[in-house]
Amino acid sequence: MNRTVDTLLLANVSRRRFLQGLAAGSALVVAARWDLAAAAEDKQYGAAGMPYGWVDNPNVFIQIDEDGSVTVTNHRAEMGQGIRTSLVMVAADELGADWSKVKATQAPGDSETYGNQDTDGSRSMRHWFDPMRRAAASARRMLEQAAAQRWDVPVDECQAGVHVIVHTPSGRELGFGELAAAARELDIPSRDSLTLKPESEWRLIGKSLGPSHASDTASLERAPAVDGEDIVSGKAIYGGDIRLPDMAYAVIARPDVLGASVASVDDSETLKIPGVIKTVRLEGTSQPSSFHPLGGVGVIADNTWAAIEGRKALKIQWNTEGLDANAGYDTESYRKMLEQRADSPGKVLRASGDIEAALADAESRHSATYYMPHLAHATMEPPVAIARVSADEAETWAPVQDPQSARDQVTEQLGIDGTNVKVNQTLLGGGFGRKAKPDFVVEAAHLSRALDGRPVQLQWTREDDLHHTYFHALSVDRLEAGLGSDGKVQGWRHRTLAPTIMSIFQDDPKYKATYELGMGLTPLPFDIPALSLENGEAPAHKRIGWFRSVVNLPHAFAIQSFVAELAASAGRDHRDYLLELLGPAREIDPLAVGATWNYGEDPERYTIDVGRLRGVIERATEEADWGKSLPAGRGQGLAVHHSFCSYTAIVLDVEVDDQGSVIVHQADVAFDCGPRVNPERIRAQMEGSVVMGIGIGLLNEISASGGRIEQDNFHQYLLPRQANAPREVRVHLVDNPDAPMGGVGEPGLPPVAPALTNAIFAATGKRIRELPVGNQLKG
Amino acid sequence: MISLTINDQQHELDVPEQMPLLWALRDVVNLTGTKFGCGMGLCGACTVHLDGAAVRSCVTPVAAAAGKHVTTIEAMATDAVGSKVQEAWLDVGVAQCGYCQAGQIMSATAFLKDNANPSDDDIASAMGGNICRCGTYNRIRTAIHRAAGQEEQA
Ligand code: FES
Ligand code: FES
Repeated sequence: MNRTVDTLLLANVSRRRFLQGLAAGSALVVAARWDLAAAAEDKQYGAAGMPYGWVDNPNVFIQIDEDGSVTVTNHRAEMGQGIRTSLVMVAADELGADWSKVKATQAPGDSETYGNQDTDGSRSMRHWFDPMRRAAASARRMLEQAAAQRWDVPVDECQAGVHVIVHTPSGRELGFGELAAAARELDIPSRDSLTLKPESEWRLIGKSLGPSHASDTASLERAPAVDGEDIVSGKAIYGGDIRLPDMAYAVIARPDVLGASVASVDDSETLKIPGVIKTVRLEGTSQPSSFHPLGGVGVIADNTWAAIEGRKALKIQWNTEGLDANAGYDTESYRKMLEQRADSPGKVLRASGDIEAALADAESRHSATYYMPHLAHATMEPPVAIARVSADEAETWAPVQDPQSARDQVTEQLGIDGTNVKVNQTLLGGGFGRKAKPDFVVEAAHLSRALDGRPVQLQWTREDDLHHTYFHALSVDRLEAGLGSDGKVQGWRHRTLAPTIMSIFQDDPKYKATYELGMGLTPLPFDIPALSLENGEAPAHKRIGWFRSVVNLPHAFAIQSFVAELAASAGRDHRDYLLELLGPAREIDPLAVGATWNYGEDPERYTIDVGRLRGVIERATEEADWGKSLPAGRGQGLAVHHSFCSYTAIVLDVEVDDQGSVIVHQADVAFDCGPRVNPERIRAQMEGSVVMGIGIGLLNEISASGGRIEQDNFHQYLLPRQANAPREVRVHLVDNPDAPMGGVGEPGLPPVAPALTNAIFAATGKRIRELPVGNQLKG
Repeated sequence: MISLTINDQQHELDVPEQMPLLWALRDVVNLTGTKFGCGMGLCGACTVHLDGAAVRSCVTPVAAAAGKHVTTIEAMATDAVGSKVQEAWLDVGVAQCGYCQAGQIMSATAFLKDNANPSDDDIASAMGGNICRCGTYNRIRTAIHRAAGQEEQA
């Protein structure tokens, strides 16, 4: 971090605004942020490497009112991971605030002021723990200084207690509210002068304030949850819950074939439907379309139902000229093509030793091909946005993972000056990567403009969501290994093929991007003499996008399944074999294995730590009583994975009944994310990951035929339900407080599906190489 | 005009009879606590009570609710069982994104009124129509037991 640049910017903040929050005229605040020009010269990591960097100015985040109430601004997207609670907890703890007097408020899209807001990549806490603590420590220091002035004593004798400043020699106290006005007049302390609270003084950070796990309610205390009461009473505001005067409601008919445009439309029947106001032709964008909408025909009405009925009555002719590949997209034949390509070498990503010799000379040789279909995020709240757009101004309300990106897209695509674009952030009814693409906000903006600036709420139906999301890529992974006479792996070849996310940004890229390959493929942590990791060509025929854990999903599924297969063929215990393959505890340099992205983190601090991988395997298997005797038709499966700077191992205890149905009895998750801020929400993320992973393993599949997605709704795109959840989920948090902080939202997911299929193998002897399991165990 | 009693208040709605109750609640009456998830009766996000029984409002024409008592999440705090369910939800920290939870709470409340002492299997079948994409099912189960006063099973 370039401290000089940053300190200079911090010093420019108008001190009159201190502790007043961001009422109005935020342009007056020159936020301390990373200078992007400087970043280009010198590679930056973590928060500093993100667009708009970080901010630790107390004015931006903390407001203390004279009645003593503390309002903390959360600038990250809340989508169920609990950041709106956890980040506010961090500020409250460092400030010394009484949690019952703390409120949260939500920042609009304004990264110039707030720093990076792109809530993605499991990095909110990793990037914002330190800046948020500094912001709160600054505010606390100012309150102490204000108290010292009031009492006319040295500031070192004044210390924050809980919501008060205490004069330690005399025991006198002044409340935060009593000091707020005086504190506002003071200068912001320099960053160097701040002392952060030692861990021993934390009251909230790292404390287990809720149930220790879901099934243990013995000594239950309620964990902090900023939105908890609003959620259970129906008052929480999601994307579709704003009601503006004179607001209209809309849906859009989009083309089935990627890139198709409207050749002609007959809306005569639509306009006869009571409540329909008008139809609007929307331009699509040729591929790669980035975050531009798909185009189509919008139907605007007095209510959502009239819009949906109106859309049914449209007669649209689509133009698919020049789009033969997209119009012919058929996932079954596409998969076969990728499987054929896996027979030939791909671009070599990482190699060591002589792979051909190692395979040729092996005592036994094994190969397996793994398949994962396209997935749709299917957030419970489908994409939805409200926009009010006049000629030169736009305001939107939407559940987006990056409100600054939504603002940039509206600015660019509607041709409005960015300073006149306001993007209000609502709660997200799930994100999982879908809502990091603000195409739906742009759609709403176009519709409002077409209705002369009346506010319009654009609703995606579930059919729209399943047909038109940015899909998780279908993938084929071919693995081949040669084992020595001792059963050890002498050579390992992995060919991976899947359309890349970069296909939404670049013209027909053929290969996965470095950051995709860095998700669990190139950083393979095994101790093997000969290695070849390869990537074959795969074109994209749908919008491909990131889905929770992204390409870690197929990589972990293939690698963790294959290790279990090799262990079985060598007649070895899977756990022992996996530990042996990992080799001794050591730290692998991500750069040395070509994992240059490394989740944006400094490779010197964030290594690939084999000791931590071993640690989670040992913990999960111990807790699960690995190898315990189980009745026939039941077995345990194990998988481990490193992603988003954290380490997860999972053991599932699974039964396959005589109908071929899968029942998950117990899940043991060992998770090491380094220091923990909100253990209760970390447990919740692991529990949710297990359920989502079971869905990926057993149920989820998106397929295409003739360029059209075949799943219309939840009767065809099956999601896990109550009966699919494990009877018990046990989360074991591994203590590693000195490690660098890792992510939480995503790293729990990748090992679930392979742990499940490994358990199915243990239970039945049947190896699942193709997801989802679906009917493969029936009959 | 269709006459509806929603949360004990009388409403006269000028909407087509076939309009699903969900959209009447959300877009006409502006009660947005009831959520849209699928529109086909497949996810439970839109669950409300019709004369006390849980129904999917997305597939219930507004005419079918005429003359009946519609109760939504907004009124659960004044429902003896509903408020217990809400408290249990908070105690256990069920919600992640929270979007499905209004529907989950409406289903759980109607279910507990029928079955005051549910087993895990009872819960799995009664709650099987409510999807939670965040995967909060284990906590939902725990919270239902807790609301039923079955601490030992929770
Ligand atoms: S929205 Fe009614 S059941 Fe899904
Ligand atoms: S809490 Fe997010 S869908 Fe249930």
